[in-house]
Amino acid sequence: MTADARTDDHPVVALTPRPPGPRERPARPRGQRYRRREVLLALAFLLPNLVLLGVFTYRPLLDNFRLSFTSWNIASPTAEYIGVDNYVEWFTSSSSQTVMWNTVVFTGAAVIGSMVLGLALALLLDQKLVGRNAVRSLVFAPFVLAGAAVGVAFQFVFDPTFGLIQDVLGRLGIEAPAFYQNPRWALFMVTTTYVWKNLGYTFVIYLAALQGRRAELDEAAEIDAASTWTKFRRVTWPQLRPATFFLLITVLLNSFQVFDVIHTMTRGGPLGDGTTTMVYQIYEETFVNLRAGYGATVASIMFVALLLITLAQVFLMERGRQK
Amino acid sequence: MTTTLAPHERSGALRAAGGYLGLLVVILVVALPLYWILAASFKERPDIYTVPVTWLPDPVTTENYTAVRTGVDFVDYLRNSIIITVVLTAVQVVLGVLSAYALAFLRFPGRGVVLMVIIAALMVPSQITMISNYALVSGLGWRNSFAGIIVPLAGVAFGTFLMRNHFLSLPTEVLEAAEMDAAGPIRTLLRVVLPMSWPTLIAFTLITVVNEWNQYLWPLLIAEDSSVAPLPVGLTQLQDAEGLTNWGPVMAGTVLTMVPILVVFLLLQRHMIKGLTAGAVKG
Repeated sequence: MTADARTDDHPVVALTPRPPGPRERPARPRGQRYRRREVLLALAFLLPNLVLLGVFTYRPLLDNFRLSFTSWNIASPTAEYIGVDNYVEWFTSSSSQTVMWNTVVFTGAAVIGSMVLGLALALLLDQKLVGRNAVRSLVFAPFVLAGAAVGVAFQFVFDPTFGLIQDVLGRLGIEAPAFYQNPRWALFMVTTTYVWKNLGYTFVIYLAALQGRRAELDEAAEIDAASTWTKFRRVTWPQLRPATFFLLITVLLNSFQVFDVIHTMTRGGPLGDGTTTMVYQIYEETFVNLRAGYGATVASIMFVALLLITLAQVFLMERGRQK
Repeated sequence: MTTTLAPHERSGALRAAGGYLGLLVVILVVALPLYWILAASFKERPDIYTVPVTWLPDPVTTENYTAVRTGVDFVDYLRNSIIITVVLTAVQVVLGVLSAYALAFLRFPGRGVVLMVIIAALMVPSQITMISNYALVSGLGWRNSFAGIIVPLAGVAFGTFLMRNHFLSLPTEVLEAAEMDAAGPIRTLLRVVLPMSWPTLIAFTLITVVNEWNQYLWPLLIAEDSSVAPLPVGLTQLQDAEGLTNWGPVMAGTVLTMVPILVVFLLLQRHMIKGLTAGAVKG
């Protein structure tokens, strides 16, 4: 090939009109065969990451199912197979009901709480208000803090004698509830703390969605003199649908997995399992009670539950989109 | 000229007033707890343990910070946090960019499957893998070591996905250049692709820094002492030793854990938000 041919070649490639469809499989000027060099290069680029994900994500995921059928003290080199005994124990134990209830309440309240409040804040801070940029930063800031540090901080904030909450409530003439003795209030406390930390995330996603919405639709609604509520329900809310579905999936996945806030604030207590969620139970059974087989069982049940919930959400999302 | 406002002006003023009231509430709810721990960290011990509580430290003291620095190994925890965060971020950014480059620009059999395998890893919570990983890491003799903390966390799913989507959004000519230039892929990556990708790359890096700095459960399992434990784990050890009975140093430790990441955040929040919102809004 001469130098001339090469310079000729280039504009042809660049100017060839491309079909607008998906970019993943660009038209190949030289047929469908893979180039050996390119394949080897892709292998070299991907292999380290795939090995890491394989060894530390997929291998243990499968291994966890195997372990869930054993009775295994994590300090012992051998595990004994006991069939489905662990599963039978979990589904029949009364403490599992408490754990399941705690998980549902914590996750549900965290998802609904942080999404409703995040949307409200996004609507508020989307308005032209002096100082809104500083407040936006402030609302987002707790999201970057370590959950463990937030948990330690809020243990003091909720302190029944020397804390901030009891002082504020006292000024309003309300006696602070027993956050650390009453399981319901303890669950309320850890959930509130997590929502406080996580609010920034739902807020920025909703704010970005609000800023990306189509202004002319809003203006049309204004000309129609629609009420604020009607305008929100008919014009704004439908445009926020993708963001809402995205948040439902990600916030649910994240809330389900909260460990640091619970560990630092209550250690899963009071009364043994007052704030123990499934994730906390996995940790406690495996590393505190040293029943790793049983911990693996809880982990397997949690994984299947999460998978089903996520698949259901994706299914609903697809159906919602087709309508 | 009248002093009364037209109806729409009046409702506008009302709205603005409501808006500022809302701002005030938001500021109080978010900032008060942060102020509370900051104030406590500068209080003398009797000043914390008084009823009713005091809102200003009187006198202001730095003894809690001295206690944290000398009494516990906070400097060690800080060093460990920096080592873990820097190494993990560097490894993840390199692996994420290389994986994304291969998935976006190179043609090889099974590309769709590889992409699915990487994205599906996002669906596997770490609590499900930690029991088996703990056994593996123990078997390798990696407990209480940086390798034991870092290596199992080094795979990149989210960042690969984020970078790949960005690469695919680049102008077609870049794709062509990359395709034609399979001879010099590193050069294409460094000279053509990355210079067009800084904002996304910075977002990816920042999200990784924040995640790794805040890692808690895995280091808690693997680290046994201050030789490798990062700040959040060190903070809980401080809490176990001093919590409830001596809030001052615990709050000073909490402030020290929060401040570095807050500084990073305040300087670079725009970039981070860009990464978090990518993919969420378009639907």
